Amino acid sequence: MAQSLSAMFDKMTPQFKFKISRRWLPYLLSLPALLTCIGILIPFFTAVAYSLQRFRLSQPAGRRWNWGENYLAFFNDSSFWNTLKVSVTYAVLTVVIELLLALGIALLLQKRSRVNNFVSIMLLMPLMTAPALAALMWKLMTNPGFGILSYFVKVLGMPNFNWASDPQTAMFTVVLVDVWVYTPFIMILLLAGLRSLPPQPFEAAALDGVPRWFVFWRITLPMLTPYMLTATLFRAIESIQQFDIIYAMTQGGPGDRLTVFQVEAYLNFFQSTNVGRSAALMMILWALTYFLSNLFIKNWLRLRERARGEA
Amino acid sequence: MYEKEKDLVDAFVRGTISRRSLIKSLGALGVTAGTAGMLVNMATTNAMAADFDWMKHKGTKLKLLLNKHPYADAMIANIENFKKLTGIEVAYDIFPEDVYFDKVTAALSSKSTEYDAFMSGAYMTWTYGPAGWIDDLNQYIKDPAKTNPMYAFGDFLPGVIKSCAWNGVPGGALGSADAKQWCIPLAYEQNNLTYNKRIFDANKLKVPKNIDELLDTAKAAKAVMKDGYGIGVRGSRSWATIHPGFLSGYSNFEQKDLNKDAKGKLTAAMNTPVSKEYHKKWVKMIQESGAPDWSTHTWYQVGTDVGAGKSAMMFDADILGYFMNGEGNKEAGNLAFSGFSANPAAKAPTPNIWIWAMAMSSFSKQKDATWYFLQWVTGPEHDLFGAQKMNLVNPARASVWADGAFRDKMTKSYAGYVEMHDTSAPGASIKFTPQPLFFDLTTEWASTLQKMVAKEVPVDEGLDKLAESVNKQLADAGL
Repeated sequence: MAQSLSAMFDKMTPQFKFKISRRWLPYLLSLPALLTCIGILIPFFTAVAYSLQRFRLSQPAGRRWNWGENYLAFFNDSSFWNTLKVSVTYAVLTVVIELLLALGIALLLQKRSRVNNFVSIMLLMPLMTAPALAALMWKLMTNPGFGILSYFVKVLGMPNFNWASDPQTAMFTVVLVDVWVYTPFIMILLLAGLRSLPPQPFEAAALDGVPRWFVFWRITLPMLTPYMLTATLFRAIESIQQFDIIYAMTQGGPGDRLTVFQVEAYLNFFQSTNVGRSAALMMILWALTYFLSNLFIKNWLRLRERARGEA
Repeated sequence: MYEKEKDLVDAFVRGTISRRSLIKSLGALGVTAGTAGMLVNMATTNAMAADFDWMKHKGTKLKLLLNKHPYADAMIANIENFKKLTGIEVAYDIFPEDVYFDKVTAALSSKSTEYDAFMSGAYMTWTYGPAGWIDDLNQYIKDPAKTNPMYAFGDFLPGVIKSCAWNGVPGGALGSADAKQWCIPLAYEQNNLTYNKRIFDANKLKVPKNIDELLDTAKAAKAVMKDGYGIGVRGSRSWATIHPGFLSGYSNFEQKDLNKDAKGKLTAAMNTPVSKEYHKKWVKMIQESGAPDWSTHTWYQVGTDVGAGKSAMMFDADILGYFMNGEGNKEAGNLAFSGFSANPAAKAPTPNIWIWAMAMSSFSKQKDATWYFLQWVTGPEHDLFGAQKMNLVNPARASVWADGAFRDKMTKSYAGYVEMHDTSAPGASIKFTPQPLFFDLTTEWASTLQKMVAKEVPVDEGLDKLAESVNKQLADAGL
């Protein structure tokens, strides 16, 4: 059969062969993207299916489709609302603090000089540390017995400051670690943005003797906004999906102070083997991330259009 | 081996001469104690081969999934003898405990045929068994064609071997007549007191005998400890916070986690008046004398702190104290052990236990050969080898605890350890109710305990809320 097909193909005129390849070429070129897309969609729809089932690995006989029951159960589940609250609080705190800090640092390092270039490279070091390792490092630094940071707070007159092990300061501690790890990421994006801004508006403002504060609010900040939105988008998506820093430092405790979505879903799957609830939690996290992405991308496009003077 | 030495060792293995006579005679022949041990191990392997067709699965290749642990080290140190005995090749993957159980869950839930057997905790088999991921080992144990006559299944400590057997019915008694043997113990941990004798002696502290004395002694110890604290217990937001000292003391007051009614339905039992009283004392103890960062403490911090002299004592796994008393630790040689009955009215300690055991994957393609490995690694010879030469402590077999050389080793370097074990072993078993929501409910229990210690919720109210939540989860799961 294969031989006869091959013989037929040999007998075709060159023009006909070209027509075949022209017809199939677009499909062939998009095949890798299609395969990648399938590779992404299979696990996604598997998770959707699991989230619509009563599915606990330790009770295989009880596995059945319960459609939206896992989602409906969240409405009356105080632990779910706590998870949502903790996740959103964590994301807002980390993104806002990191954005403000990164903007300040980027403005300080805006002028190209050897010192500024060196400092900006040095500031990237935390970003090169795996977040889980960073969390363990901070766990040691905040150890009440021998941690260097615990020593400093004792010197400052706070002997009972227990960092991540105290419910009152647990959120502060993990946010601090997140800020340490990820501020350089936003800083480098904003620094690149600042250095690529057109010089003409700034030169004109300097000639007219416009105050610096006015230049910052009316020229720098509006022109930098697309970069800030991009950085915020990336960080917000990542922050709301936080796992490694929180799990490595507190496993979601003390109590349920830090049970963010990923930690709750991880424990539901690997510890409780409650696949249905874990998948439903992940689907809600996906919906949140999708909503945030859309919001930021729409605003980013609008601002870009405005920056081009087309709005 | 020279003939004289060989004859002596064979005579010992046959039981015609005592260990003392063997060592004396070998010493006269210029053989060191270390070499003598090796010769006995080799001779035992040969003796085992004489009574059973160990070579039946020669040429088979097995793969194990192991946790990085001294018990696994003992297994690996002796594995050449298994290969020589059976002709079976053994490969293994070994992972640190932080990721180990995730790896096991991933391998089993995906029905992977990669691993034939793996290390497991007994609690984990309450998930793996009903899920159909592991085999009931009774089918092998009770088959004389598959199990060597020297296996001595009855030699396992009753509380330990029964804790690995469950009939799969939520709330069913462990070790019942219809129970399935989901795993076989390698060794186990009792939860008792490990205290720093140097600190206790220097400050004239007495070893506490009940929960009230424990609170007082811990408080007194904290008062004299510079930059340290009185007592180490686990506190992380995990099921592992509940099972060691906490549950051992709790069950000594005859308190349970769950009740089972006549219809077989389970309900929460942790909000009784006695339980509330016990919780109040436990919470007070941590607030007054526990680690300042208690809510992040796992077994690792509890153990290393007592080994470093940062805490005066711990109510946790006895083997943690055993390892912390060894070389490389600041307080090596200073740690001592004591059985602990939290309830002043109790006759003896009733520690909850953790068991490291071996289980067989249901997806193994060579189950008979796998059983050969399991019966060897949980057999009396390997258990004795591990206990004497390695750190397979606490051995799960009564014959090893009766072995003079092992008892001498323990008595010499670990003050009070053997006595502690002998006192506690009759009451040592798993005290939890076996059921599929074990990890959910105990993690929530730990989370509630954290809130109580942080004074976010009063003990009475916290336990009532916990019981309400537990009952809801049990009802939702149809239990």
